[in-house]
Amino acid sequence: MTRTARRNHRTLQVTGAGVAALLALGACSSSDSGSLSTTSGSSGSTSDKLTGTVTVFAAASLQESFTTLGKQFERAHPGTKVTFSFGGSDSLAASITGGAPADVFASASPKTMKIVTDAGDASGTPVTFVRNQLEIATLPGNPDKVASLKDLTNPALKVVLCDKEVPCGAAAQKALDASGLKLTPVSYEQDVKAALTKVELKEADAAVVYKTDVHAAGDKVGGVEFPESADAVNDYPITLLKDAQHTDTAKAFIALVRSAEGQKVLTEAGFLKP
Amino acid sequence: MTRADLSEAATETLRGGPRRRRVRTGAVGRGVPLPLLVPALIGLAFLIVPLVALLVRAPWSSMPEQLTSADVWQALQLSLVCATAATAVSLVIGVPLAWLLARVEFPGRGLVRALVTLPLVLPPVVGGVALLMALGRNGVVGKWLDAWFGITLPFTTAGVVVAEAFVAMPFLVISVEGTLRAADPRYEEAATTLGASRFTAFRRVTLPLIAPGIAAGAVLAWARALGEFGATITFAGNFPGRTQTMPLAVYLALQSDPEAAVALSLVLLAVSVAVLAGLRDRWMTAG
Repeated sequence: MTRTARRNHRTLQVTGAGVAALLALGACSSSDSGSLSTTSGSSGSTSDKLTGTVTVFAAASLQESFTTLGKQFERAHPGTKVTFSFGGSDSLAASITGGAPADVFASASPKTMKIVTDAGDASGTPVTFVRNQLEIATLPGNPDKVASLKDLTNPALKVVLCDKEVPCGAAAQKALDASGLKLTPVSYEQDVKAALTKVELKEADAAVVYKTDVHAAGDKVGGVEFPESADAVNDYPITLLKDAQHTDTAKAFIALVRSAEGQKVLTEAGFLKP
Repeated sequence: MTRADLSEAATETLRGGPRRRRVRTGAVGRGVPLPLLVPALIGLAFLIVPLVALLVRAPWSSMPEQLTSADVWQALQLSLVCATAATAVSLVIGVPLAWLLARVEFPGRGLVRALVTLPLVLPPVVGGVALLMALGRNGVVGKWLDAWFGITLPFTTAGVVVAEAFVAMPFLVISVEGTLRAADPRYEEAATTLGASRFTAFRRVTLPLIAPGIAAGAVLAWARALGEFGATITFAGNFPGRTQTMPLAVYLALQSDPEAAVALSLVLLAVSVAVLAGLRDRWMTAG
């Protein structure tokens, strides 16, 4: 899945307005506020103190925006490095509870986050940083004239869904249930990117994915919004993990995600504000 | 290791190792140097401990309910059917290919042999992507299959068989080719001088001669097909009852219910061991 981060990187003012936002947001997030203000408290120059590699496990749907944010973070804090593992939230959660060395976990649903908090692997309480809505991805130009969720039940169409175990699949099921529709896909894919890829390769005619994924795929797929998606909006929680190596740097990354600057990147990718 | 060695090794593995019985007496006491024994035992532990761990961590108490679910049987059944079909496909086209490689001189034979073995070393996901590009609805060949015959392979059980055969056939080809090279071609020549056509000679003389090699190759291919994951999920997708084989079921179960994943893994392990052991008795030890 080679999807280059197409978004051009905006000049960042993380040091100025960013730090202020960090402070403001840090103060709201209950457990983190203490040590966050000690790190970035004095002025912009303290950002130099942040070192080390932050390993972020993030839902596949966050790939484009988090890659952008990671680069911003590395530029704002020379000497730091942000590495990502993107995948289905469930398999990421399983890796974390299985002892994978991660500092931050951003999942696509509270349910998958709960796997990590229940196992006692999170530090503090996870906070919702964005929300995501479903959209139908179609072949470019929508040759099958898909206009609604109901159109996908047409047996002539090859539709792929995410597996019910992963958040995008659970959300799709919720939307289908809410509208009383029965849909038999040709495949339940293991994460949202795999579902989208099948449409990009024209192997499937349509997929129910996140709005953000349709957005990220550019003109390789078409997008059809459907009203039932309002019944299945996913909250994305993020948390610091207990075994984090560089706690301060990891906290600063979370703060960036929640800052005005970070939210700008995320909303431009199609995410909704929490 | 030459190919002949490799298939020899494969055959021997299935046969239970080369005849060692004579040296067994007191081997540990006298002959085995420590610098060999210690890494050998580490190697043994490395291969066996993970399997033992599956047994240790298995949710024995909830095992009955884990395994009585219809999904599990569906996936297991599909796995067995598809692996067997993939082996059959490999036999039908793989044995002649092995014969071609072993018996016919043609320019570029070395290159062809290298290409045939490529799926052995290729990451299975890459194999799946390659199959999509070739046989997908929009693929180089698949486009025409769809346009002319209305056949599309992705997301179908046939697609699973194709993915498994792609990954498993090289095992058969290598094994059979090695056996053919070791078999004396003079028997075939004698048959042809007595008036048999080349095909008859192959059918009546060569095939019986290399049957153990074919069996060994088929077992290896079957086992490889049964465990195939990457190419299958990439090319055939995941739909219960149609394309969801056991390895896919294990992978997806691991995401929400690790206990179920362990239980499913044990089933797959048991089936593999049972079949390898069963076939060993029937075909190998006699030889």
